Amino acid sequence: MTWKTCTYSGWGRALTATGDIARPERASVLAKLPAAPAIGNKRSYGDAPLNNNGRVIDMTRLDRVLDFDAATGVVTVESGLTIGELARLFAPKGWLPPVMPGTGFATIGGCIAMDVHGKNHHHIGSFGQHVTAITLLQNGKQRRITPKDDTLWRATIGGLGQTGVIVNTSIQMLACKGDVMMVTERRVDGWDEHIVQLDASQASYTVGWIDATARGDALGRGILEEGETGAGLVPKPNPSKSVPFNAPHFALSKPIVRAFNAAYFRRVPSDGRTVVKPIQDFFFPLDRIHDWNKLYGKRGFHQFQCVVPLDQADALRAMLEKIANSGLASPLAVLKRMGEGRAGYLSFPMEGYTLAVDFPNRAAACELIGELEDMTTSAGGRLYLAKDALATPEQMAAMYPELPAWQKAVTKADPTGALATDMTRRLNLRNT
Amino acid sequence: MSDTWIILGATSAIARAFMRDRAETGATLILCGRDMDDMKASAADLHARGAADVHVMALDVRNAKTFTPILDLAANQHGMLNAAVFTGSMPDQAVIDADPSLIDGVIMDSFTGPAQFLQRLAPMMEVRGGGAVVGVGSVAGDRGRLGNYVYGAAKAGFATYMSGLRNRLGRSGVHVMTVKPGPVDTAMTWGLDSMPFMTTPDAAAHDISKGLRKGRNVIYTAGIWRLVMLVIRNVPEPIFKKLSI
Ligand SMILES: Cc1cc2nc3c(=O)[nH]c(=O)nc-3n(C[C@H](O)[C@H](O)[C@H](O)COP(=O)(O)OP(=O)(O)OC[C@H]3O[C@@H](n4cnc5c(N)ncnc54)[C@H](O)[C@@H]3O)c2cc1C
Ligand SMILES: NC(=O)c1ccc[n+]([C@@H]2O[C@H](COP(=O)([O-])OP(=O)(O)OC[C@H]3O[C@@H](n4cnc5c(N)ncnc54)[C@H](OP(=O)(O)O)[C@@H]3O)[C@@H](O)[C@H]2O)c1
Repeated sequence: MTWKTCTYSGWGRALTATGDIARPERASVLAKLPAAPAIGNKRSYGDAPLNNNGRVIDMTRLDRVLDFDAATGVVTVESGLTIGELARLFAPKGWLPPVMPGTGFATIGGCIAMDVHGKNHHHIGSFGQHVTAITLLQNGKQRRITPKDDTLWRATIGGLGQTGVIVNTSIQMLACKGDVMMVTERRVDGWDEHIVQLDASQASYTVGWIDATARGDALGRGILEEGETGAGLVPKPNPSKSVPFNAPHFALSKPIVRAFNAAYFRRVPSDGRTVVKPIQDFFFPLDRIHDWNKLYGKRGFHQFQCVVPLDQADALRAMLEKIANSGLASPLAVLKRMGEGRAGYLSFPMEGYTLAVDFPNRAAACELIGELEDMTTSAGGRLYLAKDALATPEQMAAMYPELPAWQKAVTKADPTGALATDMTRRLNLRNT
Repeated sequence: MSDTWIILGATSAIARAFMRDRAETGATLILCGRDMDDMKASAADLHARGAADVHVMALDVRNAKTFTPILDLAANQHGMLNAAVFTGSMPDQAVIDADPSLIDGVIMDSFTGPAQFLQRLAPMMEVRGGGAVVGVGSVAGDRGRLGNYVYGAAKAGFATYMSGLRNRLGRSGVHVMTVKPGPVDTAMTWGLDSMPFMTTPDAAAHDISKGLRKGRNVIYTAGIWRLVMLVIRNVPEPIFKKLSI
């Protein structure tokens, strides 16, 4: 049958939708479906991939490599292919996806529709900046677009799938030395040092892992990880494990979280270390435990991710202080420095610092996130739609000044609103 | 010199996963089926995954004329020849009840079509004295059930054919393996009532490859279905006829 009625959710599992899902396995089947929003692997945390009481098209079975030019490194793929599989296939040939988010399960369609960023954003920009062509399906008609299609292009990249179904994509891959990573890990004792180290890092890939439970002098302590691609032999990646059922509450209780973070911090010797890792272990460390989102139990969790301009590092510190003092946050927050690169009207990146923190879905945490959102707005920063489940329409308008331009292009591309999702409705993104 | 795999029903999701597995071993693949555009897309994909060479051939198992070009191509391949059958169709039992003439097609897609093809390929494999034949049947062929007994009958016929072919080709060193999947999460089962012990195309392909490595005769995928079907096959007919499972 074409449609299957399901109740489904994003990665955070706090919001759910019930509706019909089609999952075409070939392009000819996709072409005959009525217009509906496309979804990937639902690795967005909130309601971007949800359409309650409506239909969605699951693209994950349209996952083939259609063309590869070994001379230029341009690859054309169906948009349901995952970024992890793209990396696995091409790294041994000397090419990596130019930008990789923290999960290998994100599809290429999802990477475009969120204009994702990676640990190399400060050098190379966002995913969309490396896309050279997109085939869109709009009301049953295919249309190939390139950066020359100025407004439609910028409304599509980072555009939450609202301009049409992304069917195929051409990507300029990044030449790499091989399929292993040389990773240097260093302990960082506190916030100021973390910022200094991030500013000073010359590495191709840089990320700061923060212990969001550390307070006082230890606020912002964590591990700075820097990586370069390399060639050589490493042990095979560990097979992934899965979480078979919803975890009980105590799994993420305060003492366990504290103990985990302290152990995580201390695993790196005080004078640092350099290790060789398979690329997936460096780029997608969390994927090694399948369905780890179930650790948060049935109620799910939220991730708060914001970016603030460079001169607002103190505002970010104040947010972290609030988070640490609340005792509500989960193990392992992420701190990164971002460059300016962005390719769409609604792309998240701006030059500055980005912080991402997980919270179990509880009333107190939602309230805290609300405060953090306001602090983000006051700092001239913005929230990431791939993570958001709680923001308001007013906040979006303030954070995304190009929203009206996006709306204009989207209204033209999808006049009937057939591609609207729970997220576009909650945030009134399409201004209806 | 690479192995050659002839894939009948190359547009099936299980076939796609199996072909990817073969491509990573550096095999040559001959994709046979009806949807040429889809097979072209798969051919590009398999190239990128390491296949030595990929051919796309039109095949309708209901039309034996389409076999000749494929067999000619196979004859020209060096190295061992192998074949895997994924064709099959499962119209709703109610649709068949309304138009019993559909039964012929169901039998052709799952059984007599691929059997006629394999019958023509067999001598070539005997001469080369090796290679493997994989035939995908179904647990539905293990016992006739209310919901899909025409499909089940076709799969049962095919399983019996495969067992005979094994008896014949085993003498020439050809490995013949029958695969009996339980429910697999593909377009064929999408949106049907939820089914127990559902497996994925990737896991099914993995089981097939493992069965080939180990030289197995009959495999179930997911493996638990061997046990389930053992039980179901042994329910006495007076009781079974009253069940609707
Ligand atoms: C553990 C983890 C780590 C992460 N790390 C990062 C990170 O470092 N950097 C970062 O930027 N993001 C990160 N993310 C977020 C993730 O990369 C994005 O949410 C991404 O969009 C997920 O891809 P998906 O295929 O699951 O898309 P989904 O979540 O299913 O969909 C996302 C959006 O894309 C649209 N969409 C999907 N496919 C198509 C298509 N074919 N055509 C049109 N529209 C489509 C959907 O409608 C939806 O609006 C992380 C997520 C997780 C779970
Ligand atoms: N999915 C399950 O739960 C399940 C369970 C047990 C057994 N199986 C068996 O597994 C095999 C693969 O199934 P699937 O799940 O991947 O579903 P599928 O996509 O429907 O696969 C069936 C394949 O058979 C092909 N085919 C049908 N009639 C044909 C004909 N006359 N000539 C040429 N090709 C023909 C189809 O080609 P077109 O693309 O041209 O239609 C398609 O590629 C089938 O034999 C099926 O019976 C499946």
